[in-house]
Amino acid sequence: MPSDKFRADKTKRTRTLVLGGAMLVVGLALMVFGWSTPTLVLAAKAVLVLGGVALVFQGISRLVVAIRGKRIDLLFTLAMIWLVGLCIVALLAPLLPLGEHNDVAKTLLEPTNMSPKLLTDHPLGTNNQGLDMLSRSIHGARTSLMISLLAVSIGTVVGGSIGVIAGYFRKGTDSVIGIFTNAVLAVPPLILLIALSTFLDPSLRNMAFALSLLTIPSMVRLARANTIAFAQREFVMAARLMGANRFRVMARELVPNVILPVFSMAVVMISALIVAEASLSFLGLGIQQPDPTWGNMVAEGEGGAMEDYPHIVLVPGAFLFLTVFAFNLLGEKAQQRWDTRSAKL
Amino acid sequence: MNQDNDLVLEVRDVRTTFLTPRGPVRAVDGVSMSLRAGETLGIVGESGSGKSVLGRTVMGLVSNSPTTTVTGECLIDGRDVHTLKPNQRRQLWGPEVAMVFQDPMTSLNPVKRVGRHITEALRLHLGVGKKEAHDRAVELLRQVSIPEPVRRMTQYPHELSGGMRQRVVIAMALACDPKLLIADEPTTALDVTVQKQILDLLASLATERNMATILISHDLGAVEGRTDRVAVMYAGRTVETSRTSRVFNNPVHPYADALLASIPRIADDPHTVLRAIDGSPPNMLNPPDGCRFAPRCRFAVDRCREESPELRDLADGTDDTHLGACHFPLLPARQEVG
Repeated sequence: MPSDKFRADKTKRTRTLVLGGAMLVVGLALMVFGWSTPTLVLAAKAVLVLGGVALVFQGISRLVVAIRGKRIDLLFTLAMIWLVGLCIVALLAPLLPLGEHNDVAKTLLEPTNMSPKLLTDHPLGTNNQGLDMLSRSIHGARTSLMISLLAVSIGTVVGGSIGVIAGYFRKGTDSVIGIFTNAVLAVPPLILLIALSTFLDPSLRNMAFALSLLTIPSMVRLARANTIAFAQREFVMAARLMGANRFRVMARELVPNVILPVFSMAVVMISALIVAEASLSFLGLGIQQPDPTWGNMVAEGEGGAMEDYPHIVLVPGAFLFLTVFAFNLLGEKAQQRWDTRSAKL
Repeated sequence: MNQDNDLVLEVRDVRTTFLTPRGPVRAVDGVSMSLRAGETLGIVGESGSGKSVLGRTVMGLVSNSPTTTVTGECLIDGRDVHTLKPNQRRQLWGPEVAMVFQDPMTSLNPVKRVGRHITEALRLHLGVGKKEAHDRAVELLRQVSIPEPVRRMTQYPHELSGGMRQRVVIAMALACDPKLLIADEPTTALDVTVQKQILDLLASLATERNMATILISHDLGAVEGRTDRVAVMYAGRTVETSRTSRVFNNPVHPYADALLASIPRIADDPHTVLRAIDGSPPNMLNPPDGCRFAPRCRFAVDRCREESPELRDLADGTDDTHLGACHFPLLPARQEVG
């Protein structure tokens, strides 16, 4: 009996393996054909490529099931590969053999507005000044990730502490903090950032500071609500009864509990801040040219450049899209794991 | 004099009033009691009778604040908890008085290991080192009969069963060797077989350590046989207090009598109708004049509704006191006739 079952299992696995492999190959073929064929209109090409991508995706999931015997969250895995890869590349950017990203004087001999061609010196093409798009995108990732991570860290630490204090002390402290958070929330974020940019230099540090202002109010609210919920549990009273003072109760009893939902919220916020940073740079209020960020790279497509050379906008746009998408997936996972209540909302 | 030194807790005419939007609620209304080292007092009463508030007032957890008024004296080891400054009161909590809460699910911090719950108190109050605190905590876990105490130290609360968690809570309370332990419905959240184990554990620990214990419960069965004395509370007042066996055998207050009669007995015939007490406890925003039990009392007469009975000794002739607050106490003779 067991051997029969095993055999049945094995044939099933082989079938999945073959099917998965076939889907992968067909999908890849469709993608390549859709990408390179000169005979079809753009819409048809796009349909072919997207269909190919879907087939490849399904093929890989099947292959994984057949080989490992259990399902994995392929989308999440791919997102994590993207994020980890991007972070590593961004960290090591100065050491990598990349093209020039901001010094126009060195690119006088490079082709300008070159379309993406893999297997050349400029796999993702160049911009109107001959600067390498891949290098610029990776250096843009450095600034984008740095600014948003810094802003989220400031927001989490400051907002989280204020929230715990408000939630634990309640009364006057809570009302004063409540008025401030509501006041900050009442100002439209983009207008607040534009107002700030009138007197802050657009440096990396100032950008992080300005963007952290956007995260603080929601962090305060989240930390406050969770603190109130946990402060009513008896373990807080038990800690007080063992002689813990108020700061010890907050630091030792409440913060370790509140940090989980706050942390998962922080991951979601990273993606929002990447978008916010990109919007500011797009408007010319963020990091200035020639230093690249995804936002000011997209802005290079203004004034007709996008119609002639779509890659000028599509390349940084794709980086932005994939990164934000991946951070959102990560945030969703984090909330499912650590903050079950808001994940259900 | 010698006897007075022995007193761990002395409560004199304590009244706790909460100011609510609908008016003041006098949750505890003139309760007095005293407790010697090694003595166990049971406080029983139905929900809302003020027994938990009394426990918390005695600890100083409920104290004067903008919405709360506490009058009277709660002397723990001769010091009135309500006149102490907050940090002096914190010194009292742990080495002098400790509390075991109702629900072990919420009284342990879910993100802290079992060991740290106990060692933190040890290190804070006794100032012992890391290693010694660990050893003492293991010893405490062993004393509350937790198997494999060394392994439990590194586990998180959710890895333990309800009964085990309550044992950890007890070990935490005992960490600083308190002179008085207040157990506020320690078994309500546990299932019946575990309830007995926990109650027996508390009783044996109290004897071993010569610790005064207050056992607050609505379960008369939990109190019977495990306490030296019992106080029956109704609507914020003590209506009867004496040696446990006296109260259980010879209740003098009609409320205590009715409460005892409402316990289902295992020896009863099947389908015996449960003798419930008609009506419900009074609205504490507006308690009735006179005896508060009068509206539900089968013996009540006009005097009961007008004049509030004082707590007086009804023991008649015997050595130990038997206090009751009733104009017409149910003396043994009358019970036989009625």
